[in-house]
Amino acid sequence: MSATSSSPLPSVAASDRFRSDTFPLIFERSSPGRRAARPPVTEGDDMASLLGAEHLRAEPPRLPEVAELDLVRHYTQLAHRQFSIDGNVYPLGSCTMKYNPKLHEDVAERFLDLHPYQDEDSVQGILELLCELQTDLEELTGMDEVSLQPAAGAHGELAGILMIRAFHMANGEGEQRRVVICPDGAHGTNPATAAMAGYDVVEVPTGPDGEVDVEAFQAALGPHVAAVMLTNPNTLGIFETRIEEIAERAHEVGAQLYYDGANLNAIVGRARPGDMGFDVVHLNLHKTFTTPHGGGGPGTGPVGVKSHLAPYLPAPRILQEGERFVVEGERASSIGRMRSFYGNVGNLVRAWAYIRRLGLEGLKRVSTIAVLNANYLRVRMREAGYEIAFDRVNMHEFVARPPAGIRTLDIAKAMLDYGVHPMTVYFPLVVREAMMVEPTETESLETLDAYAAVLAEVLETAQRDPAALAEAPRLTPVRRLDEVAAARRPVLRYAFVDAAD
Amino acid sequence: MDTPDTLHYTRSHEWVTKPENGIVTVGITDFAQDQLGDVVFVELPSVGARFDAGSPAAVIESVKTASDIYAPLAGEITAVNDALDAEPEAINSSPYENGWLFKIRVADPAGWEELLDAGAYEAVAQED
Repeated sequence: MSATSSSPLPSVAASDRFRSDTFPLIFERSSPGRRAARPPVTEGDDMASLLGAEHLRAEPPRLPEVAELDLVRHYTQLAHRQFSIDGNVYPLGSCTMKYNPKLHEDVAERFLDLHPYQDEDSVQGILELLCELQTDLEELTGMDEVSLQPAAGAHGELAGILMIRAFHMANGEGEQRRVVICPDGAHGTNPATAAMAGYDVVEVPTGPDGEVDVEAFQAALGPHVAAVMLTNPNTLGIFETRIEEIAERAHEVGAQLYYDGANLNAIVGRARPGDMGFDVVHLNLHKTFTTPHGGGGPGTGPVGVKSHLAPYLPAPRILQEGERFVVEGERASSIGRMRSFYGNVGNLVRAWAYIRRLGLEGLKRVSTIAVLNANYLRVRMREAGYEIAFDRVNMHEFVARPPAGIRTLDIAKAMLDYGVHPMTVYFPLVVREAMMVEPTETESLETLDAYAAVLAEVLETAQRDPAALAEAPRLTPVRRLDEVAAARRPVLRYAFVDAAD
Repeated sequence: MDTPDTLHYTRSHEWVTKPENGIVTVGITDFAQDQLGDVVFVELPSVGARFDAGSPAAVIESVKTASDIYAPLAGEITAVNDALDAEPEAINSSPYENGWLFKIRVADPAGWEELLDAGAYEAVAQED
């Protein structure tokens, strides 16, 4: 026996085969002819006669060939590399990464076997649930009618602005009103939505108190303005205290006031956009109402309106007629369908379960604790040496930044080595080196303290040894990515190792 | 920060050369490129396009954010720096030379009074 082979430690090459941080791509696991399952072949089956010869490939597609266990291990290992709210704290500002209770999954599963083509009589249960959810969302937002159709927040925004456009056109003011006003701290989807609906965007600045500059806002208003898009609290986590004045001035010139519901978690159960003067609201059920998100969907973006915009709602809504629940027929003036059938029903069920489980008192506690948690973390970050943009009592989120000379990106990368997710960084654009933190109500005091301790330690390291953070992260499956090369020279296709051309 | 005395500046961090035959060259400042971080994409205006002073004329996208670049003076675009398509990083490495963005034939010289000299611009950048 040689000295080498008696070593108790595996060679690097041998250990790599099983380590999850070096595991191969599914194509690299491929072995010709290996299969997870073999479909039965009946003698005499001829694909060309079954499908038509013109539909057959000349060459089989280059698919990975793996056994079932290879496949299971591949995806299990990938899953272990994911960061999720079920794994650890994830305080992404303006994303409301709150915990999604597992009970809602159980409720949603009960409806899995329904089909949208089923007869109304056989789906009274789900129609009743959807009708109740419409009513609940109307109550919570202070709107007269809600449509559950849109499939995401931005989709709901588009529905909202298209309704406003339809309203102005019906009043003969479609050509006159060419402009949508957004504050400079707006979520990027707001100006994008306005542009997609054909409007010019005019930006109004944030004042020194972190609220919309009302004078600049007043100066931008006029009979050419179709809508004003705001979120309240705004993206700095600050409540727009002059919202009623803003609404009054917008309405004086005939503009419609649009509420971006991304920040509803700060006020749910306590204040209603409808009472503040908003005419249209979209809600991100995947934020405030705990339907899962973060994996690219599906989201859910119901849209609610005051009665003067109701004729334009995306159809169909679910209506109650006596004891029966029915799918409404076409609305003559509707902007049309935003999605097939009834929207992302699985998520609508989860949101319904959340609202019904908590009730109004529970929802009030949600926004109360969300605001308390964010204020606690703001003070802890200030104590640790971070600067707070617009340092005043905030709502569900706040914006901080490291002291001059230290980059937010370095802080964020260093946090990954502690097993926590950084906050939203470099947004909103109105704060240099912005760190936007939204802990939500679902994190405990202990978690908030641990998160604050990580932030304090990283800042201390950055101040003591500025070069140290340049190496971070050191403990993640992949280290610091070359974002510049990824943006300038993206590689979007897998290159087969044996494909010389 | 590097702020050459020979140039004029805007509060929105563009630099402007003195006019030659009525044409000025425009780019972004060293301070601006440092704030943006690594530039990955530049969207330039079309030659012949006309802009009012202060209206968005180009977009610079960095790893952090996408920023509008404003026309410092009213006028017509006479040339754009096409080399930035292949090499946007020139804005980081050479903001005042290879990283120039576009040239404008100035329609209204009145806008000159609004521009800042190097000292005034540095003061603005520091309070930002």
